[in-house]
Amino acid sequence: MLDPTTNGLHSGETPLLRTIGLTKRYGDFLANDAIDIDIWPKEIHALLGENGAGKSTLVKAIYGLIQPSAGDIFWNGKPVALTGPSEARSRGIGMVFQHFSLFDNLTVAENVALGLDGRESFKDISARLEQVSKTYGLPLDPKREVWQLSVGERQRIEIVRALMQDPQFLILDEPTAVLTPQEADQLFIVLERLKAEGRAILYISHKLEEVKRLCDTATILRGGKKVETCNPRLETAASLARMMVGGEVKQVKAAAGRQTTVPRLVVNDLTLAPGEAHGVRLEHISFELKGGEILGIAGVAGNGQDELFAALSGERLSRDPGTIVIEGLAAGHLSITQRRKLGAAFVPEERLGHGTAPRMKLSENALLTGHAASGMVHHGFIDTAATLKTVDRTTETFDVRKAKRDPEAASLSGGNLQKFIVGREILRNPAVLVVSQPTWGVDAGAAAVIRQALLDLATAGAAVLVTSQDLDELAEIADRIAVMFHGHLSAPLAISEATREKLGLLMGGSTLEPEEAVHAVGA
Amino acid sequence: MQLVLEKRAERSNTIALISPLIAIGLTIVTMVILFAILGKNPLLALHAYFIAPLTDSYSLEEIAVKATPLVMIAIGLSLCYLANAWNIGAEGQFLIGAVAGSWIAVKTQGTDAGVWVLPVMLVLAAAAGALYALIPAICKVKFGASEILTSLMLVYVADLVLDYLVRGPWRDPHGFNFPTTAEFDPVATVPLLIEGGRLHLGSIVALLVVAAAAILLGRTIKGFEIRVVGAAPRAARFGGFNSNQSVILTFAVSGALAGLAGIIEVAGPVGHLQPGISPGYGFTAIIVAFLGRLNPLGILIAGLFLALTFIGGEQAQITMKIPLDVTKVFQGILLFYVLACDSLILYRFKLVFPNRQVARGTG
Repeated sequence: MLDPTTNGLHSGETPLLRTIGLTKRYGDFLANDAIDIDIWPKEIHALLGENGAGKSTLVKAIYGLIQPSAGDIFWNGKPVALTGPSEARSRGIGMVFQHFSLFDNLTVAENVALGLDGRESFKDISARLEQVSKTYGLPLDPKREVWQLSVGERQRIEIVRALMQDPQFLILDEPTAVLTPQEADQLFIVLERLKAEGRAILYISHKLEEVKRLCDTATILRGGKKVETCNPRLETAASLARMMVGGEVKQVKAAAGRQTTVPRLVVNDLTLAPGEAHGVRLEHISFELKGGEILGIAGVAGNGQDELFAALSGERLSRDPGTIVIEGLAAGHLSITQRRKLGAAFVPEERLGHGTAPRMKLSENALLTGHAASGMVHHGFIDTAATLKTVDRTTETFDVRKAKRDPEAASLSGGNLQKFIVGREILRNPAVLVVSQPTWGVDAGAAAVIRQALLDLATAGAAVLVTSQDLDELAEIADRIAVMFHGHLSAPLAISEATREKLGLLMGGSTLEPEEAVHAVGA
Repeated sequence: MQLVLEKRAERSNTIALISPLIAIGLTIVTMVILFAILGKNPLLALHAYFIAPLTDSYSLEEIAVKATPLVMIAIGLSLCYLANAWNIGAEGQFLIGAVAGSWIAVKTQGTDAGVWVLPVMLVLAAAAGALYALIPAICKVKFGASEILTSLMLVYVADLVLDYLVRGPWRDPHGFNFPTTAEFDPVATVPLLIEGGRLHLGSIVALLVVAAAAILLGRTIKGFEIRVVGAAPRAARFGGFNSNQSVILTFAVSGALAGLAGIIEVAGPVGHLQPGISPGYGFTAIIVAFLGRLNPLGILIAGLFLALTFIGGEQAQITMKIPLDVTKVFQGILLFYVLACDSLILYRFKLVFPNRQVARGTG
């Protein structure tokens, strides 16, 4: 049943790439456990799995970035040892990473030239770059510096750079994570075209609808092992999710009859210059968030979400106190500690290094945000019992799994650490909770727990602001959704009006014409 | 087959405790080789360094006397290093403290000034050390100047100030032109613990400093602030802690402790101000701080150990004609091994055998 050739299409041929028993061991941890995968020409092959399932490890081994501990890789039927990415590239394997490796201060053409192995002259590279980008409908201006480009354009550089090697096999790691729905559609057209040219594509994703739409084959990994290879078009999103998670995914549900109360977080015409080079300037941001309400902020990464979080949390202060009002008090000039004392709580995007000190114990990380307002400190002395109690309560309420009572933050899995961080703040009974990417890189079980906790907090009367790039997540929990683009925040749309199309347009920087908005509501 | 460093899931507390011992072991092995190259009997040399000083009471007392400034300075430095502030200039703060405290001693010389003299000397020395340490701290916070360079360079400034004073305005008129002040009056001298011995009140002060640091770091929110600012700066800012404040505070405290150690050394074992009052205490204390794992109790033990190498070095020079500089070589090698062994806390060694044989199955 696990034989990938059961569909009969490829019998008698050799696959372009085949791994047999591919295993990668890190210490006691098996990141990849005897994985067999076949990639055929003219195929878009999805690699599905939750975070930590071993997808990245597998593609890194195929791209020569890491050496497998055991197992073999066959390229066109012959065993190969890929000692490094340049060898993989020379054989015709290309890769587009999720995190771009581009120099901000260099131009598009310079970045591409740096990434190529050959001895081509810079002029030839520029010319070929323009030709490739035209052929595949990936418009790029070779002379622009990278820092001026949007995330979608930066991804195009990476794709064009990979295509200029004329690869037979292209690996894409979660390419749509940073794209608007419209940009994703354009990318799919390019991928279909590459497939039609006879190339193979390995497409890493956890977005199931996308995979069903685009991919011919799907291999599902869970806990480092291959679970199944199947035709995603014959599966449902739910059945794929079951294979990924290994069980049913709990649905979150909002309590009926949630009442909105008084405004608890108000932002008035907040404008803030960026704190660092190439940062985003916040431009005239205004919104009002009532108790009992969840406001979602959508947008492609790097459009000012980080800057907005820093301004709301008080990590960066604004000159005019009235721009941020927490619980009726002007707070723009208050420090993060003073804002916490007003009843605000914050969960940043980065779990390790921002939300927690990685090499400190959970009890110390409870103290990190609880020292000001949670009775953990008396006359300058730490009440260790109180900090441990917070850890225990968080563990119990949010099902945080850990090896011992009080381990280092870095030793927890992403999902469990995120549950701890969100739980730590929720147990303080905040009036206002500002959360950035609450379930980024978190397994489905933990994500459900966290989303439910946010809904319950709103039901209990708190005002919740959620920034997320995952539109499905926002649709699931938010009452209203606003979109950030280039430091501007759109007017919030009620969840019933916020269609993917409309949000996608806003994420791409278009403004909704009044008629268009009306039209979309009718659609 | 190859040897690789592999990351551990969680830091190993066992290794954290024994890594200084591994470092000492490796240092001794290296020293044995070095002694052999110098043509000395390694076993006798090791005996002179590490065993002989422990066998007579004079040397034991002397170890405690030498450990006193090392421990006091290293405690202050450990606060800086925990907060990710790199004070390399404790030697200068030590000297400036000695100079500032000596000022009172010199000015009250022979005036029967009263018992207030010593306390004022101590306070003034601590204040001067703190202010001197604040120069690099403020330059770092305000202008982003590297505190490593500025604090180090100020050592030589302090050295020259001291030199100028004892050769010029403060020189003992009856001192046969030697660059030194007159012997301090009894009221300007740190009392001895045992009459006729060498052990003085400063050792008690050092123990109090160790206890205070242990409480500060283990029990108070200020100590937590210092640790988290160094360990995870962005998380510290998120927690509402200001890293600049920590830089200023830890530099000031560490300068004060170094200054205090300076005046205690001058008003105690030395008895007058002169050039060369420190055999590099301020630099050796950096080794003490790291060998003690930036932990107050560890620093106490490490301070005694490094003091042993000073005494042992003198012993080896007398009995075996081993150059005194070998002690400095020893300390340098020790720091090198301590820092290298630290990587074992987060990583472990592993032998990797490339394993390519796999059952050839077909699809």
